[in-house]
Amino acid sequence: MSATEPVDELSAREFEEHHALEAEEALTGRPYELSAARGGLLGKFRNDKLAFVALGWLVMITLVAILAPLIAPYEQSEGTLGDADKSPVWNGGSWDHVFGTTPQGYDILSRLMHGARTSLVIGVAVVVMAGLFGVLIGLIAGYRGGRTDRLLMGWVDVQVSFPGLLMALLLLMVLRGSVKTVIIVLAINGWMVYARMTRGVVLSMRERPFVEAAEIIGAKPRRVVMTHVLPNLVSPLATLATLEFARIVLAEAALSFLGLGIQFPQTSWGTDAAQGGAYINRNPWPAIYPGVALTLTVLAVNIVAAWLRVVFDPQEREKRHAATVISGAGGKQL
Amino acid sequence: MGTFIVRRLLQGAIVVVAAAIFVFVATRAVGDPVDFILPLSASQEQRDNLRTEMGFDRPMTEQFVDYAGDVARIDFGQSTYLNDDALSVVFDYLPKTLQLVGFGMVISLVLSLPLGVLASRKPGGVLDKILTTASLTGLSMPQFFLGQVLVAVFITRLTWFDPGPGPWQKNLVLPAICMALPAVGRLAMTVRSAMIEELNSQYVKVAKAKGMPARRVAGVHALRNAGIPFVTLYGWELIRALAGYTVVVETVFAWPGLGYVLIQGIKERDFYLVQASVFVVAVIVVVISILIDLVYKALDPRVQLS
Repeated sequence: MSATEPVDELSAREFEEHHALEAEEALTGRPYELSAARGGLLGKFRNDKLAFVALGWLVMITLVAILAPLIAPYEQSEGTLGDADKSPVWNGGSWDHVFGTTPQGYDILSRLMHGARTSLVIGVAVVVMAGLFGVLIGLIAGYRGGRTDRLLMGWVDVQVSFPGLLMALLLLMVLRGSVKTVIIVLAINGWMVYARMTRGVVLSMRERPFVEAAEIIGAKPRRVVMTHVLPNLVSPLATLATLEFARIVLAEAALSFLGLGIQFPQTSWGTDAAQGGAYINRNPWPAIYPGVALTLTVLAVNIVAAWLRVVFDPQEREKRHAATVISGAGGKQL
Repeated sequence: MGTFIVRRLLQGAIVVVAAAIFVFVATRAVGDPVDFILPLSASQEQRDNLRTEMGFDRPMTEQFVDYAGDVARIDFGQSTYLNDDALSVVFDYLPKTLQLVGFGMVISLVLSLPLGVLASRKPGGVLDKILTTASLTGLSMPQFFLGQVLVAVFITRLTWFDPGPGPWQKNLVLPAICMALPAVGRLAMTVRSAMIEELNSQYVKVAKAKGMPARRVAGVHALRNAGIPFVTLYGWELIRALAGYTVVVETVFAWPGLGYVLIQGIKERDFYLVQASVFVVAVIVVVISILIDLVYKALDPRVQLS
């Protein structure tokens, strides 16, 4: 950053323009951002084929997760040993069990559908719980400052340097794995990142003229935080929450894979991958389906997160405008 | 500098003490391991006797004072599951984890730097798109699934590796790759975006304008500055690996490291083993993260340690 401190309004404006120009230059090399950035927000989203496919996949998974009890052909642990180890339909199986069955005779497709439900419920619940708590702590720390800030951020620092996965494993040993306990454990482990980010944004907002003005005319702290600071948190929070969602889905799967999360015959993609892994040498498919489902879902979330950053972040939107200028002026880098 | 180290050591001490207290509360909240040690046929009297012998019938506060004293003397008692001194069991398994982490981190270093630099050469080009998508897929893949695929392909199908015991160097290859790949994805993406940013900066333009070859501009000037975010993330990956994230890889490949033995300890309710391994992991993480901060400071003099 070339830090010539802006002294008056005009040079401040020039300063900003200079930065917009720099940002514009940096943008030429970001395929996802740039292709999403050109043109309208949703309109051009359709042109970004990858992001469009990713969103489509997420919508489908969400629908399946919501409707699982209605559309799944079987219950998650319904079946007898007589139906054990059926092949999928393209491998000599029947349409009764499209993806085949597990060694217990459970229908794999139905388990995948219910597994989507487990993943999404846990992901959303953890993001909401950890997010609310983390934002609250971050707001308090950032706005109060001083001793409160040092105390709260000290807490965050200690918990961040704590071996988180070990703590999760130990907690689950005590609480026994279930959807509810996995949510609690992952939320306890994941709120710090929201607190840090919120505090950072609040600190930078406090310096802004509009917040100072609100304070000078006598707005109460609650009002300043709620109406002036909080709206500026929406865009970074949206991106962070999406990325955290992807991380949580993977974390839940890992805990379940280790046998401490969702307990068989309850289903989760991680649990089923572990079950399938036990006889992977005989029949690899039951382990592969949940793994592929997880990979595609997390990949889709990551791609959508990259796009969300463009939509929600005003600075990114500025770059979007800049990019239309470049490409209009014959920027042929892409 | 000095105050920084003192402050970090103090904070590290809090982390280790918190970990020790946490693991005590967690293990005691589960109940006691007596039922796991004795056979099912043991009588109630035998169970009560063992409980008294091991001290699990005493009040919690008394047990905690004892435990705190033991921890202060770095004595974690006998592992009930492996019948050996818990701490020496941990140190028996620790080298395996260190091998895995060490080799894995070397792989991720060797792969991610060139891949990231390659991708940044023509942003938006075909090579960049392929590498970006591959990196995104790598970091989106659950590690256990990656491990299962490696097992299914290279051990079951191609039989390049034996499932049973063999020379450790050969056995290490697949777990280390599994350990490294998600990190390669994250690191390569970081290198790429940092390189793009540097390549667009003024000093690179000056270097280009005075006629310096592109290879030298990228390799010497841009890479040095792009290396700073890379080093930060690399340190973070190292800490993460040491902080127990190897447990998934160790479980998939039955790799007898610290994570593997910890999971066994949890499943067998082996309190002493769990306490010893969590303590050791906490100490390692604290020490390594302080070292990383110091290395970081040495590499980039602009960094303020606070």
